[in-house]
Amino acid sequence: MEKFISSFADLFDETAPETFTPATRFRELAEWSSLTALSVMAMVDEEYDVQLNGDQMRSVQTIEELYNLVTSKM
Amino acid sequence: MATLKFEHVKISAVAACVPPAKEYNADLGYLIPQEEIEKTIHAIGIREKRITDASTCASDLCVKAAEQLFRDNRIDRNTIDMVLFMSQLPDYRMPATAPILQHRLGLPKSTAAMDLTLACSGYVYALSAAMSYASIPGINRVLLLDGDTVSKVVNKMDKVNVPLYGDAGTATLIEKSPEATPSCFTLYSDGSGEDAVKIKAGGARYPATAENLTPHTDDEGNIRSDNEVYMDGMDVFNFALSNVPKSVKEICEIGGTTLSEIDHIVLHQANKFMTDFIIKRLKYPLDRVPYSLDRYGNTSSASIPLTLSSELSGKRPGKVILCGFGAGLSWGTGLVSLQDCNISPVIEY
Repeated sequence: MEKFISSFADLFDETAPETFTPATRFRELAEWSSLTALSVMAMVDEEYDVQLNGDQMRSVQTIEELYNLVTSKM
Repeated sequence: MATLKFEHVKISAVAACVPPAKEYNADLGYLIPQEEIEKTIHAIGIREKRITDASTCASDLCVKAAEQLFRDNRIDRNTIDMVLFMSQLPDYRMPATAPILQHRLGLPKSTAAMDLTLACSGYVYALSAAMSYASIPGINRVLLLDGDTVSKVVNKMDKVNVPLYGDAGTATLIEKSPEATPSCFTLYSDGSGEDAVKIKAGGARYPATAENLTPHTDDEGNIRSDNEVYMDGMDVFNFALSNVPKSVKEICEIGGTTLSEIDHIVLHQANKFMTDFIIKRLKYPLDRVPYSLDRYGNTSSASIPLTLSSELSGKRPGKVILCGFGAGLSWGTGLVSLQDCNISPVIEY
């Protein structure tokens, strides 16, 4: 989980790394955009070999929910 | 599996035409917060696009490209046996555009003419169709006209699609040649993803009505009507990532070659974020992947021949992989030789 959060935080340029916790509702971050969503999908594909579609991405709100979704597909 | 192999047919010429008017993504301040614009341009790799005026259609751009191709290669129009027009935006709902193009280009009445319809996968599909026809007795030369003007069906308040789409028209000449280097194609479809990229209304299922012509605002604040293009970027990204690298590797196997022997991979110019990731996944050198999207954006099925014209004109690479992928969902990959192909530079309408 810690590694996942760190990889997730690396996708952001302006949001401080300490902002990211399992409970972070990532869509509410000022820096979040549809392009960040694609970066998350690319990171998950590269590091976990898991492919997420649009509906799956939209179904999760927090980093922990996303992490659980990814690990459930591994 | 639709796997096609051709032995005695070659791509002998390519030309492309774009409208002169430019639209700059840096000017999208009305739509995207200023601080996000530079980031967006950097991510999608598109600085500017060429946009047709209201009176110019994809077919018009294709006519110019074809005239250029005829001039540069001294083609006798009477030798064209067939003309194919690939576009999602034909002139009319009826008749098809290809017969009109036969007339406008001064081709003989003995020319077979028909339209083909696909989006971003279109060029690879149409090229394989043109090569199929040119392989059989009775047809020696096929003129493939591939153009689109997606900007006409993008709502100006749609921040997903406005930065991406530009307009272009292209012409490709395919002909019989006993000494041609063999080429091969794979074609795929997955209609379960029909909603990923869609213009829902305006066809026979949902004819245009006053109601569906009225723009509405979606959850992300984008405004568009059902007669304008919608795209679920995440679904398309997932689709491309899951299928494109696999298809590129597969075409190498079918063609009995390896990625290291391929001179260029020319991908549909979707957006740079996506295509760079595909190339990274393939571990293929990025400097052998031609890009034209920084200047022309995503021109749907015209993007591959436009990229050939803009980046490889005057060159004659022996082994090139072409891969188009998009709405349908639909994707096609070809391993072709451009050794005997005269590629003209891009012209303006």
